[in-house]
Amino acid sequence: MMTGQNGMLEVVDLHAGYPRRKVIDGVTLPPLARGGVHALVGPNAAGKSTLMRALAGLQPASGSVRLDGEELLGLPLAAHAARVTYMPQTLPSGVGLNVLESVAGAVRASGKGQDPRTPEQRALGVLERAGILALALEGLDRLSGGQRQLVSLAQSLVREPRVLLLDEPISALDLQHQMRVMRLVRELARERGMIVLVVLHDLQIAARWADGIVMLSSGAVAATGTPAEAITPMTLARVYGVDARVERCSKGSLQIIVDDDLHTAVPRT
Amino acid sequence: MSEATRRHGAHVAGLDAEAVLGRYRALVRRRVVIVAGMALVGLAAFACDLVTGPSALTPVQVIAGLLSPESLTPPQRAIVFQVRLPYALMAVLVGAALSLAGAEMQTILDNPLASPFTLGVSSAASFGAALAIVLGIGIPGLPTDWIVPINAFVFAFGSVMLLQAMAARARGSGVETVVLLGIALVFAFNALVAFVQFLSSQEALQQLVFWSMGSLSRATWGNVGVMALVLLLVAPFSWLAAGRLTSLRLGEDRARSFGVDVGRLRFATLLRVSVLAATSVAFVGTIGFVGLVGPHIARLLIGEDHRFLLPASVCSGAVVMSLASVASKTLVPGVLMPVGIVTAIVGVPVFLLLVFRKPGRA
Ligand SMILES: Nc1ncnc2c1ncn2[C@@H]1O[C@H](COP(=O)(O)OP(=O)(O)OP(=O)(O)O)[C@@H](O)[C@H]1O
Ligand SMILES: [Mg+2]
Repeated sequence: MMTGQNGMLEVVDLHAGYPRRKVIDGVTLPPLARGGVHALVGPNAAGKSTLMRALAGLQPASGSVRLDGEELLGLPLAAHAARVTYMPQTLPSGVGLNVLESVAGAVRASGKGQDPRTPEQRALGVLERAGILALALEGLDRLSGGQRQLVSLAQSLVREPRVLLLDEPISALDLQHQMRVMRLVRELARERGMIVLVVLHDLQIAARWADGIVMLSSGAVAATGTPAEAITPMTLARVYGVDARVERCSKGSLQIIVDDDLHTAVPRT
Repeated sequence: MSEATRRHGAHVAGLDAEAVLGRYRALVRRRVVIVAGMALVGLAAFACDLVTGPSALTPVQVIAGLLSPESLTPPQRAIVFQVRLPYALMAVLVGAALSLAGAEMQTILDNPLASPFTLGVSSAASFGAALAIVLGIGIPGLPTDWIVPINAFVFAFGSVMLLQAMAARARGSGVETVVLLGIALVFAFNALVAFVQFLSSQEALQQLVFWSMGSLSRATWGNVGVMALVLLLVAPFSWLAAGRLTSLRLGEDRARSFGVDVGRLRFATLLRVSVLAATSVAFVGTIGFVGLVGPHIARLLIGEDHRFLLPASVCSGAVVMSLASVASKTLVPGVLMPVGIVTAIVGVPVFLLLVFRKPGRA
């Protein structure tokens, strides 16, 4: 690849980690297209969060991350943050802000830009779309776990980035909210031409909502492609160590049925 | 969480964005009113501070004297203009500076117990003052009155820079490291002060003990002017950082992902904190708890949007310090206690109250 393509996020030979600990070891991803939702899956400690933090410029990394042909690694933090937003796995507790303030604060943190709307107006727009307008004036400390996650998502959405990195945005949500969030994220990706990379542990949801899957295992890419290509009994056995079937249900969506844990399974006689 | 948020926090189901915005604007107005109210209380406390004291002056005489100095006898005039007014102004300025410093420090270190006092700034200043008083060590070429405060300032400022340098070397975000190192500094400097005390003469020892107690009686128009100038120079930068400080409350990764250079924010904030705290301690000695309690009071009333929290902390600090000054003159009739003793005595119960009210934070 000589020059980067427009409308693509290209990750080539990315290395990242912590002092005396390599985590992401030469990760190359297929180009991620604008308007698409890409699921990043893999076992605990595979390096999903580390990969995302590296892509967001939050920790030292080497290799190449190009957005619309422009190299992101080495950009000043403010410029990087104007293009890429990372939603961390957790929201700290004990914060004396209300929901609206915290979401407007995400805009105010780095100057308002040229948007004629006030940070509060932008924040309310996002809260409305996320279906949590009613929580706007509630204190962050008085929210349920799932509500906190929705607010955390709104804080990232309000920045209207070109690349949105979501670290387990639905892990605390009920069935209905999981669907709502995934639908909202996909709609916004299509509308704004945003590139969304989202960490999911529920492979069924990943298969249903993502355009593409990146399966990570021990800091390296184990499988990529469409859900049907990446999620197979073979990859599930290799990456997760489970004995599973992947079938299509009558409505056409992928069903993953886990039969056994390969490590503890007693051989059947 | 703030009282204001709590009252408005009920679910507002079935409202559109316009209506919510209206409610939010009402909340903002309420906060502006609260800050203005705190400023008025500060003014009232300042007035109380002016009219109380051991000398036989009635409040009416003091106020009349301020308006037309000719109504006072020369000794009375000296009391009002060389004692009451500079002391009271110093109380307001130092209270405001320490409380602002505490609020910023608590945010950047993500620790509700952080304050210039708990992280060794005051202890370092005491050591600087001790060296100046006992050994006469100071920067050559300065008027002798200023040797002690300048030495205290240099050491206080140096201690924060030392903290910063050590934290930069530590791995990770370094926040816990700063807090632990600060505590280590408290012990280290206290030990050094004790050592200097052990070596010092009877006379120097007395002077030193009095210095480290924290008293407004060293206020002169000269150092009140310097203190005011420092506060006026530093506060606008705090104000400009308010948005970034607010976002830091949502976590370091999140703030950085919002484009905030957290490392630089921490450094610039510690710099402001050290200037505010070092100047205060240099002029009035060790004043505990104002830097800790002031921000907590502001947070309870206003919440943590720093555009309101910082001004509210300035006001609450001024109020607490002025009231402490009044108490120092009235608790024991006829005796002017060092104000540092009063803030410590009053501060502990107030602090415990805060701790038990907010188990989640402290
Ligand atoms: N701050 C850190 N310092 C040192 N090692 C770390 C740090 N954070 C994570 N690691 C290590 O890096 C590896 C990858 O962690 P990472 O958080 O990226 O995993 P993950 O795939 O997001 O896992 P999970 O699904 O549990 O969130 C783990 O072995 C972890 O122990
Ligand atoms: Mg993770």
